[in-house]
Parts: sequence; structure tokens; C-alpha cells
Amino acid sequence: MNRVTLFAICASAALLLYILEMVRRRKLREEYSILWLAGSLVILVLSLKQDWLVGIAHVVGIVYPPSFLFLVGILFILLILIHFSIAISKLHQMNKKMAQELALLKHRRAPHESRTTSGLGNPAEKEDKP
Amino acid sequence: MNPGMEGMPPRILVVVPAYREERSIGGLVRSLRERTPYDVLVVDDGSPDRTSETAREAGAIVLDLPCNLGIGGAVQTGFLYARDHGYDVVVRIDGDGQHEVEDIPKVLEPILSERADAVIGSRFLGETEYRGSIPRIFGIRFFRLLVNVTTGYRVTDPTSGFFAINRSLIEFYSYHYPSDYPEVDAYILMQRLGARAFEVPVRMYDRAEGKSSITAFRAVYYMVKVTLSFLINRIRRFG
Repeated sequence: MNRVTLFAICASAALLLYILEMVRRRKLREEYSILWLAGSLVILVLSLKQDWLVGIAHVVGIVYPPSFLFLVGILFILLILIHFSIAISKLHQMNKKMAQELALLKHRRAPHESRTTSGLGNPAEKEDKP
Repeated sequence: MNPGMEGMPPRILVVVPAYREERSIGGLVRSLRERTPYDVLVVDDGSPDRTSETAREAGAIVLDLPCNLGIGGAVQTGFLYARDHGYDVVVRIDGDGQHEVEDIPKVLEPILSERADAVIGSRFLGETEYRGSIPRIFGIRFFRLLVNVTTGYRVTDPTSGFFAINRSLIEFYSYHYPSDYPEVDAYILMQRLGARAFEVPVRMYDRAEGKSSITAFRAVYYMVKVTLSFLINRIRRFG
């Protein structure tokens, strides 16, 4: 076993345990842990099963098998980042909706705070009158 | 336009999105209230200054967004208010005094006579006093080309924020309204809906007070972002 493989085993095992611990302590939501767990697990398995790593590296056309581990790592990081971008976009949309609802609700709760005494009548009140 | 309300005059709401417009918003709201019979809604997009108070003192209905959503989010809040309160037509104008209050009937008339679903005021049709900065004029020309080539609408002023829309568009925009330069994107949305839209000539002035939010760098950023959004809206599903 060469040193890079040993390092990969230690690093991916440590990452795997750290992620599990974060999920256990509820500091990381399950949905955001899945890609991390999958990534570290794949790297761990490929580091332990040398013949699998060599086989796959050969199929993909990589001469030095451990570098396939880096490729796997980079691909998982890319996936995780895309996942984050999607999550941020979703939060952005939710945040916008909540800000809009809040503005409408605030006005509905205290319409007179929203205009002066000489201001317009409350449109909701207007509707009630014939 | 509103079949259930036969004989009733259409309810019209003027929506004014405002961010840091404390110096111009009061005069605009007073002018709207003196010279038009319509309800005036100012959507304060989380301004740190006295925009909201000034608009209130001048007699507008004011909605306060708790944080800055950008122009599209602020205007959409106005559409949500109009939808919830049963308005038939929304006129949207800028809070900085760029648009002429006296021109409101020009964008309203085709909607009220049911000849259009949307009418956009153009500063480039007819005579104009408008003098924009170079990045702004370049951006307008770029978007004009984009809209004219990809939609069936003949457009001279694709970024105009002076327009009127009817109830069906109010409802649609309550769900789907773009964020930056929403007026450009809106042409694709209207095309997808089969909306009848055209421009009418209006006067536009250089900003009365305050600073335009556009710098050269941001202009390039917006051009890329709006173009992307515009092209993706062509292949998007609207449920």
C-alpha cells in the first residue's frame, strides 16, 4: 500500500465520521449530508479495494490509479456546490415571498399606520360600502 | 375586463416602487393625488431613508418591504396587493419623477377600451427630452434588438418602467415576475400568454433627484443576466 492510498483512507474515514457526527448532533441536516457521505464513502471503498481502483482507473484510461481518487473527490465537490446553488436559489425565492407577504400583512394589520389622516380610505373598507 | 362588475367603473391602482426616493416621492404622490382620481400605492423596497414616511405623509398607501428585494420583487408586491384588493388595472410608474403624471391616461386608455392587455410608455416614440448615459442607451439598444428579434412585438423602449396592465396580467405577474429589468423579460412572458401589448409615446425626463442605480460594470452584468433570463423564459413551463 503506497502512502497516497493510506492518506486517502485516513482522510475519507475521518470525513465520513465527522459528517455522521454533525448529523447526529443536528448541526447538519440529513438532506445536505447525503452527498458528503456518498463522496467520502466512495473514496474510502476505492482506497481499501485497490484492485477495484486499478480496474476502474484502467477502464477510464488513467495510468496512475490513485489520481482517480482525486477525480472522484473533485466530481463530488462539484455536485455538492451545484446542490448548494440550487438550495440558495430556493431560499432566495422563499425569502422573497416571505418579505412580500410580511409587507402585505403589516399593512392589513395596521392600515391606519400606513397612511395619514388625510390619506386615502382603506380600499378594503370601500369594498364593504355600496 | 371584469365581466362580474358590469357597469361599475374599473378600479385603478397606480403602483410606485421606491428605493431611496425620499426627495422625489412626496412631490410625485401629491401630484398623482391632485391630478388623477386613482389610488396610489408606494412599495418601499427597504429604503434606509424616509421614503416610506414621506410617501405616507403625501397620502399614498404604503407597503414596507422588510428588506431590499430589487425592482422586480417590489413591483410584484404591488401586483399582489392589486390582486388581493380586486383592482382591474395597474399603472406602474417610477418614483424618481422620470415619468409624466399627465401621460397616465395615454397608457390607460387602450386597456380601458379593451384594445390591449398591456400598454407601455415609450420615450423614443414621438418627441423626447430624454438624454440617457452611454451605458444606458447601449443597454436599451441591445434589449430592443433582443426583444424585436425574438418576440413578435415591435418595441422601441424595452426597459420602460411606465406601463399599464389589465387584470389577467396582474394575476399572472403575481406568480411570475422577473427580478432585474423585469420589463424586458415581461415581453417573453406576454408573448407566451398571447397578450396584446403595444407602446404609446410618453415624455420622460432625466431623474429629478437621486442617483440611477446603474454603473457601467453593473450594466454589463445586467445585460448578461437579463439575456439569460429572457432566453430561458422562452423554454420554461409556466404552471
